[in-house]
Amino acid sequence: MSDVAANNTTKDKRMRFDIKTAGPAIALILLCIIGFLLNPAFLSEGNLTNLLTRSAFIGIIAVGATFVITAGGIDLSVGSMAAAIAGVMIIIMNSAMETLGPGVATVLLGGGCSILLGLGAGWINGVLTTKGKIEAFIVTLGTMGIYRSLVTYFADGGTLSLDFAIRGTYRPVYYGSILGLPAPVWVFIVVSICGWFLMNRTAFGRYCTAIGSNESVAKYSAIKVDRIKTMTYVIQGLCVSLATIIYVPRLGSASASTGVMWELEAIAAVIIGGTVLKGGYGRIGGTILGALILTTIGNILNFTDLISNYLNGTMQGLIIIIAVWLQRGEWGKAKATKS
Amino acid sequence: MKRFTSDSIARQMTPRRDGGEVMLDGAIETVSVLKADHISKSFGAVPVLFSVSMDIRPGEVHALIGENGAGKSTLMKILSGFHAPTSGRILFDGVEVVLPPDGEAEKLGIVLIHQELNLAEQMTVEENIFLGRELTSRGILQRDEMREKVRGYLSDIGVDISPSTRISELSIAEKQMVEVAKAISRNARVLIMDEPTAVLTEAETELFFRQVERLKSKGVAIVFVSHKLSEVKQIADRVTILRDGQWIGSQEAKALTPDAMAQMMVGRELSDLYPPMHEADVDAERVLEVRNLCVTGIQDVSFDLRKGEILGFSGLIGSGRTAVFEAICGLAPVVSGQILIDGTETRFDSVAASRDAGLAYLTKDRKAKGLLLKKQMRPNLTLFSLPKFTRRFGLDTAAEDKALERAIRRFDIRTRDPKIVVGDMSGGNQQKLLLAKVMESEPRIVIIDEPTRGIDVGTKQQIYHFIAALAAEGVSVVIISSEMPEIIGISHRVVVMREGQVMGVLSGDEINENEIVRYAAGLKRESRG
Repeated sequence: MSDVAANNTTKDKRMRFDIKTAGPAIALILLCIIGFLLNPAFLSEGNLTNLLTRSAFIGIIAVGATFVITAGGIDLSVGSMAAAIAGVMIIIMNSAMETLGPGVATVLLGGGCSILLGLGAGWINGVLTTKGKIEAFIVTLGTMGIYRSLVTYFADGGTLSLDFAIRGTYRPVYYGSILGLPAPVWVFIVVSICGWFLMNRTAFGRYCTAIGSNESVAKYSAIKVDRIKTMTYVIQGLCVSLATIIYVPRLGSASASTGVMWELEAIAAVIIGGTVLKGGYGRIGGTILGALILTTIGNILNFTDLISNYLNGTMQGLIIIIAVWLQRGEWGKAKATKS
Repeated sequence: MKRFTSDSIARQMTPRRDGGEVMLDGAIETVSVLKADHISKSFGAVPVLFSVSMDIRPGEVHALIGENGAGKSTLMKILSGFHAPTSGRILFDGVEVVLPPDGEAEKLGIVLIHQELNLAEQMTVEENIFLGRELTSRGILQRDEMREKVRGYLSDIGVDISPSTRISELSIAEKQMVEVAKAISRNARVLIMDEPTAVLTEAETELFFRQVERLKSKGVAIVFVSHKLSEVKQIADRVTILRDGQWIGSQEAKALTPDAMAQMMVGRELSDLYPPMHEADVDAERVLEVRNLCVTGIQDVSFDLRKGEILGFSGLIGSGRTAVFEAICGLAPVVSGQILIDGTETRFDSVAASRDAGLAYLTKDRKAKGLLLKKQMRPNLTLFSLPKFTRRFGLDTAAEDKALERAIRRFDIRTRDPKIVVGDMSGGNQQKLLLAKVMESEPRIVIIDEPTRGIDVGTKQQIYHFIAALAAEGVSVVIISSEMPEIIGISHRVVVMREGQVMGVLSGDEINENEIVRYAAGLKRESRG
C-alpha cells in the first residue's frame, strides 16, 4: 500500500517539479506574446532595453532576497534601506564636491559608501535575527520603519537632490550602455550569474538550503547556522546597495517615496520564481524570471488601453497568487480526485 | 466464532453498543471493554504485527511491553483507530467494530495519549480541555461553567492546577495530567498511554500512579507502554508482551518478575544478532578523556575512551547521556570540567570544530535533527563534511556522486531510485544514510545515539556488524542506547548513568542486564576514589 502511495507521490513531485522550473519561463513567454499581439511595438528594441533596465532594480534586490528566503528568513527593510542609502550617498557626494570636485572620485566615494552602508545594514538585520533571536519579520519590520524615517529626516521632509555637476559624471551609470546593453542590465546580469553560482555551486548555497529546510539538521551537520543566516542578510544588503548605485543617477534625488514597495516586489519576484516562502528551496533563475514578469506586466499595461495602468498592482497581485497556486500543485490534486 | 463473522459483515460500518443479540455475544467475550483479536498489520510490504491478541477489561491497568520496534505503538494506534488493521477483528463491548480514524474513537470513549503530548501551548488548561466542544449558549462561550467543570475534573484526579493557567507554564508532568483530565472530561472508558512515565521524575511518577489508581477505581481501563519493568510490576494488573510483532503472551503481573518480563521481551538468540567481539586492548591510548564535566542537568561526569573501543552508555531515557555528548561536540555549552582529546585539553565551540578534530555525533532523532527529509540522498550525505567536497570556489558534484555510490555500496542502502526523497525511504535505510553521512567526515571518535531506534532486526544486525568493524579498524565508538540487549551485545565497557550522573562503569562479566538495571535504578553506585 505504501509502495503504491510512494510511487504516486514521486510522480506528483516530478509533475510539480516541472511546473516549478518551467512555469515562470512559460509565463514570461506568454506575457511577451500577449504584449506583442496587443501592440507589436512591445518587442521593439527600444522597449525591450527599457524593460530590462527597469527590471534591474527589483531583479538585483530579489537575487539577494532569494538567499534570505531560502535560508528561512525574510527581509522587509530593503525598500527603506535603498531609500536611506540613496539619501546618505547623495549627502556624502554633495559634501565631497568641495574637496574632490564633481569628478569620478566623488562618484566612486559615493558608490563605496553605498556598499559599506548596504553591508552594514544587512549585517544589523542578520545579527538581530540570529544573535538577538528575534523573528526576522519583526526585526526587518522595525528596521524598515527606521530607515524610512531616516530619509525623511535627512531630507527634512522634502527631497535630497544630487548636485548637477556630479549628475553629469554619474549619469552614464544608469543611462549609458556597453555593447548595446544599458549599464544597469550588465549589473543585473553579473549579479545574477554570481548569485546563481553561489546558490547552486557552493557550500554556502547548500547550507542556505539546509538551514531553510530544517535548522536543527543543519546545526547537527556542523553548519554554523547563525553565521550563514547573517551572511544571507549581508548579501541582501550588498544587492540593495548595488541597486541603489544604479538607481540614484536615474532621478538624481532621494525622498521619502524612494523605493516604496520594493520589498514586496522583490519578495513577489522570488516567490513567482518558485522559491518556497518558508525556505529550503531557492531558485535564482526563477527569481530573475519573476522580476522580468513583474516588470513586463507594468510595461504591457503602459502600452495598451485595454486595462487601466492604475490596475498594475491588481495584475501583479493576481500573477503572484496564480503562481503560488500553480506551484502548490493543488490543481493537479483537484483533477485527480475528480477523475 | 462463526456466528460472529456472519454478523460482523452487517455491523462492519457502524459501531453499535446495544441490542439484545449483543448480550449473547457479550457472554462469550466475557468482560472485555476493548479486544484485539488476531490483529495483523503491514505497512506496504513490511509486516509489523502478526496475529496479535489483547483484551482490555474495565478497571484494570494493562501494561504493554516489548523492545523498540516490537510493534507496541502500532498496536496502540490500531486500538485507538489511528491505523486500520490489515486483518483481524477489534471488539468494543463485545461487538466487532471498525474504529473511526483520526482520533474520532474518542467519542466512543477510547482515548490515546501520545508521548509527545497534544496540547495547544499558548491556551489555558480550561481552553485545552474543552477544545473543539466548547460549551456555548447562543454562540457565546460559557466560561464560568467550563471553568467549574474543569476544576471538578482536576480535583477528581487530585491535581492542583488552576484552569486558567497557560499550558506553556506547566511542567511536563502537569501537562500529562491535563491530558488525563481531558480524557476524563471525554468520558474515557479506555485510556491508552504511550510511555507516560518516560519523562517523569520518580516523585512525579508516584503522583501519576496515584491518579491511575483513582481512574482504575472508577472503572476506566488503562493501557500503558513502559520500558521500566519495575514500574510495570508495581502498577499493572496484567501484562501483554510483544516481540518483533509477535504476541508472546498476556499474563497476570503478579505472576511475573521483572526478569521474566525481560526474558520474554528479548527471547531471541542474541548470538546471531551481534558480531563476535574483538578483545579490547586495555593498553591502547586514551583518545577521549572527560573529567568532572558539568552541563545543564549533568553533574560531575568522568570517563575515558580508548582507541578501538566500543563504550556503551546505558541508563533510562532522560538520564543525561545525550546531553553529555552534545556538550562535548560543541552542540551545547559546557559549564565546567575538562575534555581531553589525545591528552590535550580541548573545548569545542562549534560542531564544525569538533568535526575537524575527528569527532562525529550521530543524533537519535534522525527525522528532526539528522536528515533533510525533503532532499535527496546526495545533499544529505555530504552535508556534514561539505568542506571536503569544495574545490577552489565551487562544489565538486562529481566527487559527491562518487561518495554516494561508495556509501550505497558500503552501507547497503537499498532504494529503487537513487534520486528518491529521503523522507520516502524506510527507517532502516534512513539510519544507514545517516551513518554514512557521519562517516563521510572520517572521524576517529564516533558517538552513535540510539543506533537502531525504530528499525528492523535485519538492519540492526548490519549496523552492529558495521560498528564492530569500525572498532576493529581503530575507530573509537560510543554507543548510547536504551536497548539493554544492544548495549550488552556490542560494548567492551558500559557506563551507566542516572539523573545526570555516572553511577558506574562495567566491564567484562559485569556487563549483564541485572547489573546495569541495578545501577540505572539507583540501587547500586560505584564508589569513586
